[in-house]
Amino acid sequence: MASITIRGVKKNYAKTQVVHGVDLDFASGEFVVILGPSGCGKSTLLRMIAGLEEISDGTIAIDNTVVNKLEPRERGCAMVFQNYALYPHMSVAQNIGYSLKVAGVPSAERTQRIQAVARVLELEHLLDRKPMALSGGQRQRVAMGRAMIREPKVFLFDEPLSNLDAKLRVQMRSEIRKLHRRLSATSVFVTHDQVEAMTLADRLVVMNGGRVEQVGTPAEVYSRPASRFVATFVGAPAMNMLEGEVTLDGISLLGDSRKLNVSRTGLAVGSKVAVGIRPEAVRMATPGTPGALAATVDLVEELGAGRVIYVDLDGAPFSVVTSEIVHPEPGSAVGLQFAESDLHFFSSETGARLDVFKASVPEPAPATL
Amino acid sequence: MVERTPFLNFFTHIILFAGFVFCVAPFVIVAIAASHNLKDVNDVPMSLLPGSDFWVNIKTAWTTADLGPKLLNSFIMAAGVAAGKVIISALTAFSIVYFRYPGRTLIFWLIFITLMLPLEVRIVPTYAVVANVLEPYQTIMDVTGLSWLIEKVSGVHVALNLGMLNSYPGLILPLIATATGTFLYRQFFLTVPDELTEAARMDAAGPLRFFIDILLPLSRNNMAALGTIMFLWAWNQYLWPLLITTDQSHATAVTELKQLIPNVGGAPEWHIAMAGTLIVMLPPLIVVVLMQRWFVRGLIATEK
Repeated sequence: MASITIRGVKKNYAKTQVVHGVDLDFASGEFVVILGPSGCGKSTLLRMIAGLEEISDGTIAIDNTVVNKLEPRERGCAMVFQNYALYPHMSVAQNIGYSLKVAGVPSAERTQRIQAVARVLELEHLLDRKPMALSGGQRQRVAMGRAMIREPKVFLFDEPLSNLDAKLRVQMRSEIRKLHRRLSATSVFVTHDQVEAMTLADRLVVMNGGRVEQVGTPAEVYSRPASRFVATFVGAPAMNMLEGEVTLDGISLLGDSRKLNVSRTGLAVGSKVAVGIRPEAVRMATPGTPGALAATVDLVEELGAGRVIYVDLDGAPFSVVTSEIVHPEPGSAVGLQFAESDLHFFSSETGARLDVFKASVPEPAPATL
Repeated sequence: MVERTPFLNFFTHIILFAGFVFCVAPFVIVAIAASHNLKDVNDVPMSLLPGSDFWVNIKTAWTTADLGPKLLNSFIMAAGVAAGKVIISALTAFSIVYFRYPGRTLIFWLIFITLMLPLEVRIVPTYAVVANVLEPYQTIMDVTGLSWLIEKVSGVHVALNLGMLNSYPGLILPLIATATGTFLYRQFFLTVPDELTEAARMDAAGPLRFFIDILLPLSRNNMAALGTIMFLWAWNQYLWPLLITTDQSHATAVTELKQLIPNVGGAPEWHIAMAGTLIVMLPPLIVVVLMQRWFVRGLIATEK
């Protein structure tokens, strides 16, 4: 159990900077997921916490002790690697117990602790096998066991599930979650998979281009994305984005062809904004319904529980997720309706969220275009 | 790839067989010659049907050249060179691949250069050094005036001397320091995934621990390959042992073979010489047969 404090952390490789000053606080026992596209610096940040990468600038403290200059072994972290990094020549038991062997734990106690960990991870019958003779999921569990046995203050996960097939991934996800509930060690989990991120996280850190875009609970990040990047990155299918310009009486969209009558914009006339709406927040209506937005259907994707309907809105791609059993023909006209309160506004220049509806209460009346 | 090419298959097998005959024929002739008596072996042409004196000749060769102790010497030297080479190569490659320190590239290239300086090229200075290992230091002290200074101050005349002629270290050490093994290991270490190194760091294993617990077990095949090659190479050394073993007690089997080769004017005892050759050839053959599996795996380097 340990808190992690990250202050102004930067990382440079020769000339290029990959992490640009990150400040984060992870509470003791928290499960934090760092989410971002590849190359956003999330793994680098994790490796800096682990001590595998040098910290170019700033400080990282674990339990209020600055660990910048400490070797990985002195930091009390354990890490699970993406490709598991099991020692190929050692049996499962030796793999799990290696850190204890290095620490000079007597062999009787070692065996006992290996047994205990193996029991938790259901690896007891595999202890004599070599990693080569294990399936992906089993290797993954051995890697977890190797991290667990040290009883670390902090667990670090570097995309540990990305090498597994979809079904196993879901299963391991819930196992990791259960394990965390049981050990309640501070955990930092890096992934580019938003489903993994949303389901696992107590708190979500969304990173992009070496910067933190947003920190919050998964629900917060989903419902109030702090930037245009977060809005489009979190949620599948991605949030619809329409470019617009603030006018005297609202926002004109799609190059003046449509008009959005938003009551209280509070923005300077002429400033460029992006208007976002989640596909899930859009309702289908019969074409010609008053106040509905006319669009043409491009493609329908059947998901079983629902359908994703891709429509064309004056040349702009737009998607709708609906649980209604509708199968509009491609090329047919549909109407789209949504509540004003479901709209998100972002500055076109900075991408930052514009809180136009700070004091808004959900309005049942659909916005008209 | 599955292809049906009966003609090509036939031809390739013919070529393989020709190569096989080409390689094996000399050994067969040696073995046959070793089984003849003095008269038969000097017949022209020599009969290719084996004679009946094989064991007698072997025995004569063994006692004449005193092969027992000589084979032991050869074995100590070859095993020493193989072991030393494996250890030194692994250590140098470990240093070059896993550590960042000033002068690393320079050291790498210095090691590289030794590839171009085989023992035969540097045999005179090497001999001088082995004759007195401390000679270079003595020279440095003489040139810098240090020994003069010491003599003036303390009255002691400095004459460092540590000879290694006629000793096992003298036989072994100069053959150990070459670069081939270092490169073999370097290539192997470069294929070891970084995550393994990092996992070991997370498990709190220090560099030496990592080297012994992880790298060495992983490079078993490499060790077998390098060890085998170096054993054979050292076993077959002729010039170096001949040069530094003036005392018979440290002579190796290969140099002693010369004892069996008939002198001008002596009896043409080629059957004895051939029998001796067979004996000397046997240990490396055994080593190859025993190590073959690991040896091949180490050289093709990809472990499945």
